[in-house]
Amino acid sequence: MTNHWIDFKNSDCILVMGSNPAENHPVSFKWIMEAIEKGATLLCVDPRFTRTAAKSHLYAPLRSGTDIALLGGMIKYVLDNNLYFEEYVRDYTNASFLVNPDFKLPNDNEGVFSGLTGTKTTEGYVSGKYDKTTWSFQKNPDGTTKKDMTMQDPHCVFQLLKKHFSRYTIEKVVAITGTPKEKLLEVYKAYTITGSPDKAGTILYAMGWTQHTVGVQNIRAMSIIQMLLGNMGMAGGGINALRGESNVQGSTDHGLLFHILPGYLKVPTASQTTLQAYNEANTPKTDDPKSANWWGNFPKYSASLLRSFYGMNATLDEAYGYMPKIDDGANYSWLPIFDRMYKGQFTGFFAWGQNPACSGANANKVRKALAKLTWLVNVNLFDNETGSFWQGPGMNPEEIETEVFLLPCAVSMEKEGSITNSGRWMQWRYKATDPPGEAMPDGEIITELFYLVRELYEKEGGTFTDPIFKLTWDYGFKLPTGRIKQCNPHAVAKEINGYFLQDVEIEGKLYKKGTLVPAFKFLQSDGSTSSGCWIYCNSYTEEGNKAARRGTADPSGIGLYPEWAWCWPVNRRIIYNRASVDLKGKPWAPEKAILWWNPVAAAWEGDVPDGPWPPLAIEGGKYPFIMKPDGLGSIFGPGLADGPFPEHYEPLECPIEKNLISPQFVNPIIKRWEKDGVPELDLRATCDPRFPIVCTTYRVSEHWQTGVMTRWTPWLLELQPEMFVEMGKELAELKEIKNGDRVIVKSARGEVNAVAIVTARFKPFTIADQIVHEVGIPWHYGWRYPNPELKELRSANLLTPSIGDPNTMIPESKAFMVDVIRKEG
Amino acid sequence: MKEKIMLVDVSKCTACRSCQVACKNWNELPADQTENQGSFQNPPNLNPHTYTLIRFQEVEEGSSGIKWHFRNDKCYHCTEPGCMKVCPVPGCIFKTPEGAVVLDSAKCIGCKYCYHACPFAIPQFDDATEKMYKCTFCYDRQAEGLIPACAKACPTGAITFGDKDDMMTAAYARAKKLGGGATVYGDRVLGGTHVMYVLTEQSSVYEKLPVDPKISLSVVLWKDILKPLSMFSLLGGIGASLLYYITKGPKRPTFEEGGEKHE
Repeated sequence: MTNHWIDFKNSDCILVMGSNPAENHPVSFKWIMEAIEKGATLLCVDPRFTRTAAKSHLYAPLRSGTDIALLGGMIKYVLDNNLYFEEYVRDYTNASFLVNPDFKLPNDNEGVFSGLTGTKTTEGYVSGKYDKTTWSFQKNPDGTTKKDMTMQDPHCVFQLLKKHFSRYTIEKVVAITGTPKEKLLEVYKAYTITGSPDKAGTILYAMGWTQHTVGVQNIRAMSIIQMLLGNMGMAGGGINALRGESNVQGSTDHGLLFHILPGYLKVPTASQTTLQAYNEANTPKTDDPKSANWWGNFPKYSASLLRSFYGMNATLDEAYGYMPKIDDGANYSWLPIFDRMYKGQFTGFFAWGQNPACSGANANKVRKALAKLTWLVNVNLFDNETGSFWQGPGMNPEEIETEVFLLPCAVSMEKEGSITNSGRWMQWRYKATDPPGEAMPDGEIITELFYLVRELYEKEGGTFTDPIFKLTWDYGFKLPTGRIKQCNPHAVAKEINGYFLQDVEIEGKLYKKGTLVPAFKFLQSDGSTSSGCWIYCNSYTEEGNKAARRGTADPSGIGLYPEWAWCWPVNRRIIYNRASVDLKGKPWAPEKAILWWNPVAAAWEGDVPDGPWPPLAIEGGKYPFIMKPDGLGSIFGPGLADGPFPEHYEPLECPIEKNLISPQFVNPIIKRWEKDGVPELDLRATCDPRFPIVCTTYRVSEHWQTGVMTRWTPWLLELQPEMFVEMGKELAELKEIKNGDRVIVKSARGEVNAVAIVTARFKPFTIADQIVHEVGIPWHYGWRYPNPELKELRSANLLTPSIGDPNTMIPESKAFMVDVIRKEG
Repeated sequence: MKEKIMLVDVSKCTACRSCQVACKNWNELPADQTENQGSFQNPPNLNPHTYTLIRFQEVEEGSSGIKWHFRNDKCYHCTEPGCMKVCPVPGCIFKTPEGAVVLDSAKCIGCKYCYHACPFAIPQFDDATEKMYKCTFCYDRQAEGLIPACAKACPTGAITFGDKDDMMTAAYARAKKLGGGATVYGDRVLGGTHVMYVLTEQSSVYEKLPVDPKISLSVVLWKDILKPLSMFSLLGGIGASLLYYITKGPKRPTFEEGGEKHE
């Protein structure tokens, strides 16, 4: 999140789209209710009338997979009716930038942007790739970017934006989304009042936006809206992802995804053979003195990270040499992993605190892939569909040679440590009780594995052992043998913060060797500092464990609570907050000011400013979006794989024969697995009479993820005991299904058993004069519990397609096609 | 020892079910093996080990409008409880000064009179133990200065708990602020209930919520009229006999009734 949970209460208009906070983040609804009590409007856009919709002022239905159409229509509405915050757009975004005249919009280019090469089919381009040369800005002779501050030049970003979304008329949007026209206009009208400088609108989104082949562009569309309306950096505004696990934010921050290292440093590629090459490729430059270009500090963070792994056991260059590198352009994310696993390219697999047999898209492919492994380590609280894949439905244990280990681990209350929530707040947690039996905290398990691997290398030798032998492992009190007695989370947290590895003098002050670094601005590129994750530098300092603080003072009055726990970066609660003030540093919305410039003291007051520099009108002032090389918000965003502007494309499986916006049916550059993957498993059925119903997946309050914790909790299982499918009354009548009947839901890839919940909360859509039905299923269930002897198929992901967003590869679990049939007998 | 009210404001309820789970947690009640019968509502009704329940109710409006009501249901803790009126076991059902109507299941003989006397059909019979069970208003928590478990767990403030006067004021203010047919429920029935509602619509809209709950006439006749009358008659009969015995003495045989026949 750019903002944080409590900040919702400051909003004037909360748009819930692609999420369902009442059900999936129930405690957050406390803050939403506070906003409503203060007069905020709650808008809910969802294919189904949810528990969130039940509390909303306005509910509008839309067909799964058509969010960009609806948001594009909103952008057009804002521009046509001059509802944008002009000063903000002109001064804080790249709206004024002039784009390369060779750049082409989908309007003039068969539904794709300029620079695409790919195979042309009746559906448009397939397996395409973009050459982004034309997605660039015009330059002045001195190398600076050419701008038109009046935003009238036909090549400027603002005018291109207008032209691009001119196609998203109300009639078009209604035909694509199925949203009734009056409802659509009500949503547009209600949300766009936040274009007023003193009003803030916020968006709460989750997997309903991300799990699509246009997932990242869904969020881009809203980012553009938020910039047009001046909602970025404002209290009660921002772009707020409601994350799906209590510590997934922490996981992402610490680089658990293949393409990043801790602190969002890019993972090195094979062609970056030296630290210097790596740093150069990743350190942006700017010649605009008004741009802070904070990523210009990249070498300080990469050096400090290497020191956190290897300490003084290696030089920085040697340490860089030890780091694993990915092949240039390679993708090692979830879908490719299971594809390769199915093809026998993996010997072993750690399913660590996850249940891929239920959580992986196209779960039949995942389950079969697990059977190809030589060994599988299942680290979890309970046995589950993954650990027991070999005895699951359709599996013959006699034919499976995988050796499976179950390592029982501790749950959060059985260990000490921190959890970072969606609002970037790192909150320390304490141990309440010992784990049962042999269960161990993950830190202990990893420590054991590390020592065992090192011992094996010592005994048997191996290729390139230094990356293991040179690792420091200082996570607690050391025994005479050199091994740590126990993995101490405080030691880990301190290493993450970082140390001075020698005496360092900075601006006249001496920082002693062995002391904790106060903040990331003190990190050095010469190897004199370490930090396991630069954005967490400042969290555990000589002042103590800031994540453990529980101060309840809130001098701001807007719920910042600066002394409760700690958030990154440097306890700045609302990021991009420099955009919440005008050029002189005066807040746009004084009633909910985050910070303000005190001209007398020549300093900022309020929340931690996004950099100490003065406001733009004063000498030395800097643009607000400090993490961008040019310091401005990207309305034109050339950094994404599938376009600098969002464009509506249909999901891989959809109910209509063509995209009503353009001749390009589906996202042109997504990796298609029907040929490259496993053809007999990576099946696609679009506009197929066998599967005429749109299906989406979601969660309920009572369960969590694949249910490995919640199905095993009797009080929760009692509330939501089994797999169900929600469907509208009209569809139920067509299919002769009554409420409570047992049915089968099937897609091209698999089928599941479910109980039918026939409800008025799902209504058919009219999509381009065609009636389209939609159903929805939760993904919390699996055969392993309860009643494992039935070996019943219950997991939603048995139906979902293996197709991912071109930027993130996140599977399109939210829109695919199915049929629903009443079960006989 | 002040009288307390629990206020259930349905406008803030998101049906997260924290209340259902917190109650089971505090009272150490077991879970049932349930089935999905075509609804999120589970267990389907209150039962001997489900003291509180969220009721889900869809109401369609016009051609496309819909409302989805969520209502937390539990014992109302009446000032004039029907259950206590009919319970034959002394001390089995008692009231606390705070307003809790507590059913001490250990003393219960399983006659089920309380279920029939309750206008809301709250007390639940357990076939296994042959006793009745219901919400205790967490009077044990209240005794330690804590609020009931459901109120504590509720994340949005749909369930709040406090001194009677404060809660009554809050209830009326909330209904007024909500407007559009919002009403307060519970204050005017059964002497006033200690679990009250702010409803967003008229009470007639809600399932399993009687519009005008009263203790049934038969119970009133039985307990308030027939029982005193019969007690009066019984005592009166004994008293009259005693009086006769004292004043007139035992019946003695007269000359005409005993001895030889009279010609």
